[in-house]
Amino acid sequence: MKILVCISHVPDTTSKINFTENDSKFDSNGVQFVINPYDEFALTRAMWFKEKQGATITVVTVGNATTEPTLRKALAIGADEAIRVNAEAIDGFTVAKELAEVLKNGGFDLVLAGKESIDYNGGMVPGMLATLLDYNFVNACVGLEIEGDKASIQREIDGGKEILSANLPLIIAGQKGLVEEKDLRIPNMRGIMMARQKKLTVVEPSVNENATSSVSFEKPAAKSACKIVDNVDELISLLHNEAKVI
Amino acid sequence: MSVLVFAETSEGKFKKSAFEVTSYGKKVAEQLGTNVVVLAINANDAKLLHKYGAEKVLIVNNPSLKFNAKVVADIIKQAAEKESSTVIVVDSNANGLYVAPIAAVNLNAGYASNVLGLPSSTSPFTLKRKAFSSKASNFTQINTAIKVLSLSKNSFGLVENEVSGVVEEFSPAIVESNLTSVSIEQTSGKVTIADADIVVSGGRGLKGPENWGMVEELASVLGAATACSKPVSDLGWRPHSEHVGQTGKPVASNLYIAIGISGAIQHLAGINSSKVKVVINTDAEAPFFKAADYGIVGDAFEVVPKLVEKLKEFKANNA
Ligand SMILES: Cc1cc2nc3c(=O)[nH]c(=O)nc-3n(C[C@H](O)[C@H](O)[C@H](O)COP(=O)(O)OP(=O)(O)OC[C@H]3O[C@@H](n4cnc5c(N)ncnc54)[C@H](O)[C@@H]3O)c2cc1C
Ligand SMILES: Nc1ncnc2c1ncn2[C@@H]1O[C@H](COP(=O)(O)O)[C@@H](O)[C@H]1O
Repeated sequence: MKILVCISHVPDTTSKINFTENDSKFDSNGVQFVINPYDEFALTRAMWFKEKQGATITVVTVGNATTEPTLRKALAIGADEAIRVNAEAIDGFTVAKELAEVLKNGGFDLVLAGKESIDYNGGMVPGMLATLLDYNFVNACVGLEIEGDKASIQREIDGGKEILSANLPLIIAGQKGLVEEKDLRIPNMRGIMMARQKKLTVVEPSVNENATSSVSFEKPAAKSACKIVDNVDELISLLHNEAKVI
Repeated sequence: MSVLVFAETSEGKFKKSAFEVTSYGKKVAEQLGTNVVVLAINANDAKLLHKYGAEKVLIVNNPSLKFNAKVVADIIKQAAEKESSTVIVVDSNANGLYVAPIAAVNLNAGYASNVLGLPSSTSPFTLKRKAFSSKASNFTQINTAIKVLSLSKNSFGLVENEVSGVVEEFSPAIVESNLTSVSIEQTSGKVTIADADIVVSGGRGLKGPENWGMVEELASVLGAATACSKPVSDLGWRPHSEHVGQTGKPVASNLYIAIGISGAIQHLAGINSSKVKVVINTDAEAPFFKAADYGIVGDAFEVVPKLVEKLKEFKANNA
């Protein structure tokens, strides 16, 4: 089985978010970038397939050269090779089109992505990619088993789960449940050394227009201080009369 | 030209979000000087949508049609073509978020998700949306002729705007899909985090799963959904589906009550969009107090049972 894992390179979850150039650009100064947490679940599931059922793993990102350490980290965790599409990821549709080009030549059976990037929170790329290629697609995936060319997939729905089945090729957008937190791996020294030898191919982009563009950013307005209340009667009265939420 | 809204139903009934996206679609249509058309599949009472401004409702009556994202996205496309829609609005429930990117590609449209309000400009078409897990917002411009957007839950609200509209039957072609739904497991009888106006959430401060009785009781008095912090679901005290935060579910309720939760940045990132936040924590220095509107510094094991008792009295008096 040939698996492609789509990796988005995002600020670490503890990052302070700031903007520059009149609030038009994200300020990456001092920000640590990581594999998008949902993609880490996807990669970990791919590793499981590799170890238990035999599979090769390619990781791909659409991004400029600064994303390479993130790809190397994925290689250190155990992916076999990496592809970087040398373009700034601005719009989800464009990213999906770039990834579709990678897939057209790759012969992949399974594409694992995350349910959203935690920077722009798009939730766009996997569904768009699947539609561009007319592959089966499952969003918010919390469980995946493969047997031969058949997949059994669990999807989170509002207030429950749906079990689906499909033939490969398949694209899923995953989240926790695909694997558990404790299954996530920290690259070890050997992995890091090996990652240096692994193939990282840079391909040039093929799309040159964006369906959407980012204009500017805004930080939430400063909040008024928390009212500390002494007892539950006062709390109930405030929630009823002041906040009007009960 | 028109604005097309997809109004989701569950067992024939509209979800609350269906009324919110309809209210929103009506206002966007006004901004654009056009009409709103609402598409609904297997709805028992399509007329309910007129109250929120739906001038026209397209209703697909096909009981054998179960939710399949590819099929629904294609129905949206057919409706959009029939109504010459330039803006398509869906909600942010699981199915809405599943369908939207597929519909966008089908319509060769730019897609903006997590939209927070009306377009700040219609030309260029610019929207404010959540970014960085609610730590900031982003103004996104959609450059394509057709635009797809998903409206963030509770960001617009329900706006009554009674119109005398029409309901029209719509019989779209049904595309093939070899993705099959095998079964659905619904956690029965419980309010879901996605639908809830109030969410009651517990953290590691509650010590163990055996102590969730009072959390559930509080939720039941308030008609609320229950949620938890990440370590609580990692430890297996509560199901994963209750994990909220940056890497869990986002919460955009009217009221969020956090019990024994410290208020780590990743937790707050997921619940920031809730309108009113209450914290109950023994530690007055817990970061949650900086994010909350109301707080009680105290032991959950004393405060929560008292709160349940007093709320029961309050509900009885205000019924
Ligand atoms: C990549 C990444 C992603 C993450 N994503 C998320 C996420 O999505 N959601 C999330 O929640 N976390 C997330 N976290 C974890 C986050 O950093 C915190 O560790 C977590 O939120 C802490 O959970 P907690 O508040 O329940 O526990 P703790 O931090 O242990 O806090 C317990 C609190 O309970 C209080 N307490 C103790 N006893 C009582 C009592 N008797 N009565 C009242 N209060 C009491 C304590 O004062 C303390 O403030 C993430 C972390 C990482 C690294
Ligand atoms: N620039 C990118 N390169 C590769 N994969 C991406 C990129 N952006 C997003 N993805 C994938 O698509 C998923 C959803 O991202 P998004 O649509 O940006 O929220 C991510 O979890 C990744 O798996």
